[in-house]
Amino acid sequence: MSALTSPAITRADGRFLAGGDRHMNPYLAGFGLGLVLLASFLIMGRGLGATAASGSVVAWLVGLVAPDWAATNPGLKGYYAEPPWINWTFYLIVGAFIGSLASALLARRVRWRIERGPQLGVPARLALAFAGGAVAAVGAKLAKGCTSGQALTGGSQLNAGSWIFMLAVFAGAYALAWFVRKEWR
Amino acid sequence: MILPLYGYELISDAQGLLVALVLGFGFGWFLERAGFGSARLLTAQFYLYDMSVLKVMFTAIVTAAVGLWAFSAVGWLDLSLAYLTPTSIGAQLFGGLLLGAGFIIGGYCPGTSVTAAATGSGDGFLFLGGFVSGLLLYAVAFSGLELWANANSLGPLTLPQVFGVPYGVLVLALVAMAALMFAGAEWAERRFSGMRPR
Repeated sequence: MSALTSPAITRADGRFLAGGDRHMNPYLAGFGLGLVLLASFLIMGRGLGATAASGSVVAWLVGLVAPDWAATNPGLKGYYAEPPWINWTFYLIVGAFIGSLASALLARRVRWRIERGPQLGVPARLALAFAGGAVAAVGAKLAKGCTSGQALTGGSQLNAGSWIFMLAVFAGAYALAWFVRKEWR
Repeated sequence: MILPLYGYELISDAQGLLVALVLGFGFGWFLERAGFGSARLLTAQFYLYDMSVLKVMFTAIVTAAVGLWAFSAVGWLDLSLAYLTPTSIGAQLFGGLLLGAGFIIGGYCPGTSVTAAATGSGDGFLFLGGFVSGLLLYAVAFSGLELWANANSLGPLTLPQVFGVPYGVLVLALVAMAALMFAGAEWAERRFSGMRPR
């Protein structure tokens, strides 16, 4: 299993990922991603998304213990109507999981790791990852989409709200970057 | 016009789910190829020494935008059958700021955390766990925000409508803007290369 034992090193080209081959040229990867997005529009009449997959799982789990609440709560009822096994985005994300794994295996990049800067401990990094995920969820729910469902999808549709969202994402991240720099560098 | 296939009922719901698996594979594949399973590569965007996030995102947006315009211009694609998320200015502004905050704090956005988790990242798994918890938290504590966002919705709204500019002209402007941003990104990577961790 060479894929699982590739050493944790900084690559000669300066990339700081653990082991593995070089990354694809970002413009080429973006072109490929754009073709996948375009195909989604042409076949399904919708773009890519990630938030609804998690939402569907959450609503389904909540529904196991409190079906009435899941069916009426404004934040859940839309997801509750589509449990994971009939939720389009859930299948998309299952596919994304498999595609990511396949690509990483091929590039010898699969490795158990906790990614962080040298000045941060593992427990702190995991806590911040969890907190960041929770904050992102509230944002994605409020904005009706995330970087995939709003920025990529709506961005390519020239959706007015998506462009507001995208500018706000960059603004929010740049505004906080200085404060959390020790997490990464 | 026969596109989108699903909109013209040329494929079934079940076939659509299979399509989702295949598209998802491509989605995850290109995210991972670009190195987007790495939190430090993703967040480098906000310290300016690696602008891969901007390059990948805007190349993808331009590619799909030009494609959508071209397929509809030649009359193969009915854009009115493509779902357009309603615009709600305050909600998308505030939601975007929060997502950006979550991105720089947690290291990922929802899609890239899947890529990270799939390739063995413990922090990617924790981000996903936090995301699921955040959705639950939203349902418990912030449902009022959902009602506020919906009450202030402007409905589906595109930039050509806002600016009163023809669709094709705005697509061209997008291409020009992206080209300028790519030039800026290349400059920034050279200018801030000293920020890169060793």
